[in-house]
Amino acid sequence: MNRVYLDFNATTPVEPEVLDAMLPYFSAEFGNAASIHTFGQKSRAAVETAREKVAALIGARPQEIVFTSGGTESDNHAIFGIVAQPLLPTLSEAEGSSPKGAVRSRQIGRHIITSVIEHEAVLNACQALEKEGIRVTYLRTDREGQIELEELHRAIRPETILITIMHANNELGSVQPLEEIGRIAAEADVYFHTDAVQSAGKIPINVDALGVDLLSISGHKLYAPKGIGALYIRGGTRLRQLLYGGHHQRGFRPGTENVAAIVGLGKAAEIARKSLAEDARRVSTFRDNLQQGLLQRVPQSRVNGAAAPRTPNTTNLVFPGVEGEALLIALDLKGLACSTGAACSSGAVQPSHVLTAIGLPPEEARASLRFSLGRHTTSADIDFALNVVPAAVAQLRELSPTYRKMAEAR
Amino acid sequence: MTTSIQFDILPERAETHHGLIAVAMSGGVDSSTVAALLQQQGRTVVGLTMQLWNQRRLPELLGDGPAQHRCCSLDDVYDAKAVAQHLNFPHYVVNFEEHFEARVVRPFVDQYLAGRTPIACTNCNADVKFELLLRMARQIGAELLATGHYARIRENGDTGRRELLRARDESKDQSYFLWGLSQEQLSGSDFPLGELTKEEVRALARRVKLPVAEKPESMELCFVPNGNYVQFIQAYSQERSISLQNGRGEIVSESGEVIGRHNGVHNFTIGQRKGLGFAAGKPLYVLSIDSEKNRVVVGEDDVLRKTECEVEGVNWISCEKPSAPFRAFVKIRHKHEPAPAMIEPMDAGSARVTFDTPQRAITPGQAAVFYHGDIVLGGGWIP
Repeated sequence: MNRVYLDFNATTPVEPEVLDAMLPYFSAEFGNAASIHTFGQKSRAAVETAREKVAALIGARPQEIVFTSGGTESDNHAIFGIVAQPLLPTLSEAEGSSPKGAVRSRQIGRHIITSVIEHEAVLNACQALEKEGIRVTYLRTDREGQIELEELHRAIRPETILITIMHANNELGSVQPLEEIGRIAAEADVYFHTDAVQSAGKIPINVDALGVDLLSISGHKLYAPKGIGALYIRGGTRLRQLLYGGHHQRGFRPGTENVAAIVGLGKAAEIARKSLAEDARRVSTFRDNLQQGLLQRVPQSRVNGAAAPRTPNTTNLVFPGVEGEALLIALDLKGLACSTGAACSSGAVQPSHVLTAIGLPPEEARASLRFSLGRHTTSADIDFALNVVPAAVAQLRELSPTYRKMAEAR
Repeated sequence: MTTSIQFDILPERAETHHGLIAVAMSGGVDSSTVAALLQQQGRTVVGLTMQLWNQRRLPELLGDGPAQHRCCSLDDVYDAKAVAQHLNFPHYVVNFEEHFEARVVRPFVDQYLAGRTPIACTNCNADVKFELLLRMARQIGAELLATGHYARIRENGDTGRRELLRARDESKDQSYFLWGLSQEQLSGSDFPLGELTKEEVRALARRVKLPVAEKPESMELCFVPNGNYVQFIQAYSQERSISLQNGRGEIVSESGEVIGRHNGVHNFTIGQRKGLGFAAGKPLYVLSIDSEKNRVVVGEDDVLRKTECEVEGVNWISCEKPSAPFRAFVKIRHKHEPAPAMIEPMDAGSARVTFDTPQRAITPGQAAVFYHGDIVLGGGWIP
């Protein structure tokens, strides 16, 4: 069966060039990057080259990059690391830069600001902290999925220690005004973390321009393998380590380095940096064609969050009167992979907290589908989607009591 | 890659379809074998597993360790997925939690609190499985929804109706739980196990090496993790802030004499002897439950036996509503031996059932199901 994949926000394939770069590090160059001998040195060199490439993608210095197991670990590390007392030596202390005054002076009554549309890695970390007595403000968004800067201003209190706001949203693609948030955070002398899992490799990132102190990246969203990620930690940031072990990555994130995966992430970052502009141009044209085509072919369909700046590859449409879950399955059986909401542990679809947060009524949130394109999406893929989606929606609507009611009401 | 399976006791099926068929997969041996059978008949199978209840929701009921062998435990979803993978067909989990709670769990709790003894499976069949799941099956392009129920569907050429029949294996027959299905629901459904015995089903499962071939059967209600309804009702009521009436109340004799106290009417069902917590000359049984006065009325066994009851919400399955009284065998609970009775259809979806001999513990909340031989004519709720 011809299968078309339009779910690149969920994961991406490992780029062949990335795989080629990784392969030597499984068997031929298998040394432990922490070892002193030549085997180790070769691995160390590969890891440090990769670090430079990841740093280059986001305009950071290599020593500000820590490799992690992925976006979830990076987010958790950033949030728990800031909240926990920095009792132990930090990554940047050796460099003599002074930490932000905020943390030292505020021993009690800590407060975090985040948004309602964050990924679960951030939301659930914040909720866990709430149970430990940390106060958390969840900023709402407008109908396009963007936070209100005024509301952010108002949310800041003397005891605020961290603002964590995602760069691009996974479901809508909407991009937050990070520069402004960065300025507000700097004025208030508050640490600023962003989950850039969905933006890295899709839109330009410069940590200085954005004013972020911490930034999370996931490998498998940018054509590197699963199980590798990175956390950018601005020099001078006091962040408590989460894991204790050997002296890998300056003791900050112990555990023998996953050399092959790190090399993969480095290569993927390099490719992304070089092809980002060209990818964005091509992919956004396809995305716009898909979006326009669906709007024309499916009566009453609408785009969720279309007016906000978006990542070039994502569109989220609501098809009133259908169950997104049934549509998703029907499309998969026809060979088109896309997504709705988020899957829970059993694999069942859960109502999307993002879509309800931007004000969609539950039935419209359930009737929404996300299409996320990738670097290798072709016009034939778009044609295929434009062919099968309208037919599937029509078939579902024919059997939908909700749609019948809607039609009668009209 | 396709798995090649050979059955030598494959039941003969009259119809031959080649379109897509959806299988409702619980992760148990019955529904898994349905999938294997249909695939062997050349059908294109898609598996659907319903996510109905979050087992972690009422954590006080879980006890130690993860819930096992219960519907919607992750183990069961994994089992269904493992079967689909073994037989190489697509499988999806569909989320009906909200509906299940509204249509099955909440009414179950409300009924118990009103002093009745509800059958959650009947509601689930009529309102969830053969409603939402069947619609989902059709929406994704399936012609039919097959389930692991032990019952049969037959088309009557003369009347044009779909008839519901008891399973060939009477010890496994589940037709009692299916009396609420409409003609439309029956015409969209398929019960491939209706002609098989449980032993044959297990043998088939073993022959095709289903990963669930040796899985023990689950007899409990799927959303009550430990089989303890009383505990479930208390935990759920607390979570939902449903008042448990006044909790404690009186146990009285037929004449109204107070002879004991109880901890809430949801602890009792008609005919129950155990747990009355007091001694008397003769064994006493629950005769009726008055939830308004929060009273449990008890008496001797012979008072429990009644000849007549009126049922409501009647559904006629295998025939149109009869115009005159007729004789049938009537089953008043799942494990009840059907008893001969006269049935008089009445207006507003009710019917009067008059048994030839008195029946013990005709229990509000249960259903009376009318049989003619193997055919389920219809049924109704005991009010």
